[in-house]
Amino acid sequence: MPTTTDSETAPESGAPATAPAIRFQDVEKRFGDNVVLKDLNFEVSKGDRVTLIGPSGSGKTTILRLVMTLEKATGGYIHINGEPLTHELRGGKRVERSEKAQKQIRKRIGMVFQQFNLFPNMTVLENIIEAPVHVLGQSKEQATRRAMELLESVGLPNKAKAHPLQLSGGQQQRVAIARALAMDPEILLLDEVTSALDPEIVGEVLAILRRIADTTDITMLIVTHEMQFARDVSNRVLMFDGGRIVEEATPDVMFTEPKHERTQAFLHAVLGGQEGQIGTH
Amino acid sequence: MWITLQLTLGGALLAIVIAVVLGLGARVHNIVVRGLCRTVIEFFRGTSLVVQLFFLFFVLPQFGLELPAMVCGILGLGLNYGAYAAEVVRGSINAVPAGQWEATTALSLSKTQTMRRIIFPQAWALMIPSLTNYLIHMLKGTAIVSFITLSDLTFHTEQLRVQTDTFFAYGVSLVIYFVVAYILTLLMNGLEVRAKHRLGRGEPLREALSVKAPNTTVAAEGGRSA
Ligand SMILES: Nc1ncnc2c1ncn2[C@@H]1O[C@H](COP(=O)(O)OP(=O)(O)OP(=O)(O)O)[C@@H](O)[C@H]1O
Ligand SMILES: [Mg+2]
Repeated sequence: MPTTTDSETAPESGAPATAPAIRFQDVEKRFGDNVVLKDLNFEVSKGDRVTLIGPSGSGKTTILRLVMTLEKATGGYIHINGEPLTHELRGGKRVERSEKAQKQIRKRIGMVFQQFNLFPNMTVLENIIEAPVHVLGQSKEQATRRAMELLESVGLPNKAKAHPLQLSGGQQQRVAIARALAMDPEILLLDEVTSALDPEIVGEVLAILRRIADTTDITMLIVTHEMQFARDVSNRVLMFDGGRIVEEATPDVMFTEPKHERTQAFLHAVLGGQEGQIGTH
Repeated sequence: MWITLQLTLGGALLAIVIAVVLGLGARVHNIVVRGLCRTVIEFFRGTSLVVQLFFLFFVLPQFGLELPAMVCGILGLGLNYGAYAAEVVRGSINAVPAGQWEATTALSLSKTQTMRRIIFPQAWALMIPSLTNYLIHMLKGTAIVSFITLSDLTFHTEQLRVQTDTFFAYGVSLVIYFVVAYILTLLMNGLEVRAKHRLGRGEPLREALSVKAPNTTVAAEGGRSA
């Protein structure tokens, strides 16, 4: 239920130019009786790279899915560039926005999944140009040209005509990254994108993501168990537990001198007692 | 013979249209549409084809709607098998992994684009084997239409039996049904091979049809792109 302070802070219309890329305001998400996120408040500034860490079931995936509108919050508001995403405060009431309004915002957000989720009924190239042509209205030539550039940049210039299932997991994930980038997203969501890959090919996918982070100003919200990667690309790390933010810090601080004991325990478990191995480059 | 084929093909075409409409309708959000589709599906699955045919042929004329026997036959078969196949369509669509739907949301595809371009083509490959089954069932089910005065294959078999002997008549009939069923199965298998190839699984239809030398290198092609 929105309190009176909400009406002051939730913009009913018009977004200030300085609005954060993503803002969670008192967000609650429950599945039936299971409250997964409660009173969640945080902001991600434009161009920020924020990594979410935390134990299994702490709600990291749920947060990304809320931003992608794959799930809808059961309370509170999410703002993208200052604009309400799925729900807004209108006349003192929390109401769902029209599908059209939601789609307008959704277009600026891209997501890469753990299981790649390429379309098997299409070639690699068709996967990449599908949305640019049918959603953004680009010409097929234009979309194809861009797709070929992207395939080049993920190291797969010869796979345009291949079928997704003919590719290795690492190659499929690189195509999925190219497919997301083809929509020119302002916000990119990465949910454990290397967890389904064999250890020896994790590196090639992370290298591509590192380069994207270095060469673009896309806002990124990242869930990963690759702490070195988190340290290299992100400028902020949020530690979650039980659907709440336990600790928030720069990667340097978070990985070397975490304050909260639950963060210490989590990092200790993930890194197998070898925290010292994560270094700055 | 022609009557049987006409009934099978006409019934199959009508059934597939009905199956897709009802199958899609049975999983929309709108409860009225969904309820209506479910009711139609359950009604035609739950009542006997013979009674449905009798209703179309003998009862409707009492309300001033007189349909030719062939139309009644196609309508009856189409509705009945369409209702069964609707469940196949619905089930196949539900069997497409959730990740595919999620990817379409992440790419902002509309609902129609998602169904037409992503989900249905994948579901299609899944539903063909079951649809083939129903098609063969329907071919054999066409014998029922002799009840509404159509002279189908079974009807002619009876005539043949009277003229010749039992063994010959039913023997010929068996062979004809079998040959037609086999041809239909081959055609459907062709469709399935093509659909699977489109999903990047298995060989293209042309290769599947050609006779191959024992050690062709289909499997080895996997990693490389053409
Ligand atoms: N569709 C759903 N229906 C019911 N419960 C769900 C659903 N999705 C997630 N949950 C629950 O929400 C909680 C948080 O799940 P979430 O996937 O966000 O965790 P996570 O932090 O990403 O975990 P992991 O590190 O294992 O991926 C879990 O308790 C999970 O059981
Ligand atoms: Mg998760």
